[in-house]
Amino acid sequence: MSITNDVLERNKESGRGTLIGYYPAGYPTKQDSIDSLVAMAENGCDILEIGVPYSDPAMDGLVIQHATEEAIANGFKLRDLFEIIKGVREKVDTPLLVMSYWNPVLSYGVEKFSEDLVSSGAQGMITPDLIPDEASKWISLSDQLNLDRVFLVAPSSSDARVENNSKSSKGFVYSVSTMGITGERTELDRIARSVVSRVKSLGDTPTCVGVGISTADQVREVNSYADGAIVGTAFVKAYQQGGLAGLVSKTKELAGGLG
Amino acid sequence: MQTNLRSQAGPYFGEFGGRFVAEPLIAALDELEATYLAAKADPSFVAELAELHKTYTGRPSIITEAQRFASQFGDMRIFLKREDLNHTGSHKINNVMGQALLAKRMGKKRIIAETGAGQHGVASATAAAYFGLDCVVYMGEVDTERQALNVARMKLLGAQVIPVTTGSRTLKDAINEALRDWVANVDNTHYLLGTVAGPHPFPTMVRDFHSVIGVEARAQMLELTGRLPDAVAACIGGGSNAIGIFHPFLDDQDVALWGFEAAGDGIDTPKHAATLSRGRPGVLHGARSYMLQDEDGQTMESHSISAGLDYPGVGPEHSWLKDLGRANYFGISDAEAMDAMRLLSRTEGIIPAIETAHALAGMKHLSTVLPAGAHILVNLSGRGDKDMETAGKYFGLLGDK
Ligand SMILES: Cc1ncc(COP(=O)(O)O)c(C=O)c1O
Repeated sequence: MSITNDVLERNKESGRGTLIGYYPAGYPTKQDSIDSLVAMAENGCDILEIGVPYSDPAMDGLVIQHATEEAIANGFKLRDLFEIIKGVREKVDTPLLVMSYWNPVLSYGVEKFSEDLVSSGAQGMITPDLIPDEASKWISLSDQLNLDRVFLVAPSSSDARVENNSKSSKGFVYSVSTMGITGERTELDRIARSVVSRVKSLGDTPTCVGVGISTADQVREVNSYADGAIVGTAFVKAYQQGGLAGLVSKTKELAGGLG
Repeated sequence: MQTNLRSQAGPYFGEFGGRFVAEPLIAALDELEATYLAAKADPSFVAELAELHKTYTGRPSIITEAQRFASQFGDMRIFLKREDLNHTGSHKINNVMGQALLAKRMGKKRIIAETGAGQHGVASATAAAYFGLDCVVYMGEVDTERQALNVARMKLLGAQVIPVTTGSRTLKDAINEALRDWVANVDNTHYLLGTVAGPHPFPTMVRDFHSVIGVEARAQMLELTGRLPDAVAACIGGGSNAIGIFHPFLDDQDVALWGFEAAGDGIDTPKHAATLSRGRPGVLHGARSYMLQDEDGQTMESHSISAGLDYPGVGPEHSWLKDLGRANYFGISDAEAMDAMRLLSRTEGIIPAIETAHALAGMKHLSTVLPAGAHILVNLSGRGDKDMETAGKYFGLLGDK
C-alpha cells in the first residue's frame, strides 16, 4: 500500500537499514534544489524529504531556518514545490515525502495540496506542527488518495499518544530523538532508543529517527534499533560548505554507515 | 444572538483556537492545562493570587473619568480603567503573576517570555525576581532598539534579554524563538506567554487571568454611574487587555465592544498590523485565528509605531467574536494614535502607552457611531514612560540630538 513502507521493510530485512535525506525546496533556487535532491537519491538516500520554506519555522534550527529564508528571498512560491517534485521524479523514482508546516497547506487548500502531491509524484507528507487531534481532514484525504501521512512522537509523549500517533501515521511515524529543535548533536540521545522501543511495543508502524544525526556511525547506530535515520541539517550544511559536490560526498559518507 | 458567550473554555472558539504545535510540546501543554484547572478550583490558589494582586500588583485599579479629554469628542462620557497604575506599568502583570504561581506549582525554576513593547518582559522579569526564578526574555532586535528603556529595566531586574535577529526581528519572531527554547528545555522551563494567542490552554488561561480588569470595571461603572457603559474599548495587539476588559461584558448584549488595531501607515496601505480588519484565518503560533498572510500562507510582516501592537496574529477568541458580530474591530493609524497620546497627556495629565493610545484615538470614531450622551469605558492598558524615546523623536521634543 505504501512504497515508503515497502522500502523500509525491504531494507530492514536485508539488514541494510535506511537513510532518509531532507533538503529544502527552492534552496538556493528551484533548479538547485532539484539537482540536490536527485544527487542525494543517486548517492545513497533511500527516501527523500523535501522541506517547504515557511516564514515561521518554529521547529527548525538556525541552519535550516537560514536556508529556507534564503529560498523565500529568492522567490520560492508554493506552486514551485510541485514543479520541483516533478523535476526530481523525471530523474529518480525514490519515494519522496513533503515536509510542511501546516499554514502553507491550509492556505493552498488541503484538498488541492493533496491532489497536487499525487499528480506531481510525491508519496505523502510529514506535518511537524499538525498533530492527529487536529488533522481529521488531512487524514481522510490522505486515505482517499493513498498518500503517506507521517506524524511525530516525542520522548515526552504519553503512551496513549505514542500509540495513537503511530496508528494515525502511514508509511512510518517520526521519532524525535532529542527534546531539542533540529540541529547536529555530537552524541545521539539515548532517549531515542526509548521512544522507538515504546513505538515498537505499542504497535507495528515502522519508525524513523530524526533530529541531530550527522555522522555515518550515528546512521548505523540508529538503524540498529529503528527503521531508518533521518538527516537534514548535516546535508544542508554540506551543501553550504561544498556545493553539490559537498552534498554528494556527505550523502556517500552517511550512506556508508548502512550495513 | 447566542447567550453565554462567557463560558467558552477552549480549546476551540467556534472554528478558531486549537493546538497547532509540534508533538514535543503537547505534554507540556497538557501539564499546564491540568495544573491550571486544578489551581483554578483550589481556593488557596485563588486566595494567594488575590492577595498578591492586593499587596504587590496594586489591585483593584481605579477608574478615572476623563472629562476634558471627552469634551474634545462632543457629548460623551469616557471612563479610564487605570491598568497603567499597576506595578510595572501595564495590565501585563495580571497574567504574569498568575502564570508565575503556576510555574511554581509545576516545580519549574526557569521562565521564558517573549516581549514586544517590553511590558510583558518587564512584568515577567519582575515576577521572576519576586519568586526567585531564572528568567530569559526573547525580544526582536527592532524592539530592543525602540524600547531600550524596558531592556534596561529587565536587565536591572536580573533577567537575560536575548535579541532575536531572524525574520522581521519583532514580536512574532520573539515568539518563534521562545517556542524553540521551550521545546528544548520543557523539563525545567515554563513558557510564560504574554497574550491570548498561542495553543490551548494559553488563550483561555491568559484571558481568565486578565478578566479581573473587566470584573472590577463592571462593578466600578455600576457603582459610579448606576448602569453599564454603552461601549467598552481597548487596543488590540495579541488581544489580552481587550479580552480582559471585554469578557465580563460578553453577555451584556447592550454593551458594544470595540477593539482598536494598529493601522500603521493606514489601513489601506501595505504597512499595518490590522489583523482582524485585513487578515484572513490561518494558523500562526499554535492556534487557528485571523492573521496577516500572503497568498502562500507565509506570514506577512506587520507594521506599527507601537511595538506591542506590531504583530500579524491575534488571539482566537477575538476572531470568534468578530465573526459572531459580538465585537467590532477598527484600525487606527500611527498618526492618529500619536495625536491621541498627546491629547490625553495635555487634557488629563496622563501619558498613555502608544499601544493604549490606539484605543483612545478610537473615541473619535465612536463619537460618530454611538448616541449622544454615551458612556464609554476604555482600558488604559499601560503608561507611556517606555515610549518617551519614540514620542520625543515623533514630536521633536529631544532638541537637536
Ligand atoms: C500597554 C500595552 N497595551 C497593550 C498591549 C498589547 O497587547 P495585548 O493586545 O495582548 O493587550 C501591550 C503589549 O505589549 C502593552 O504593553
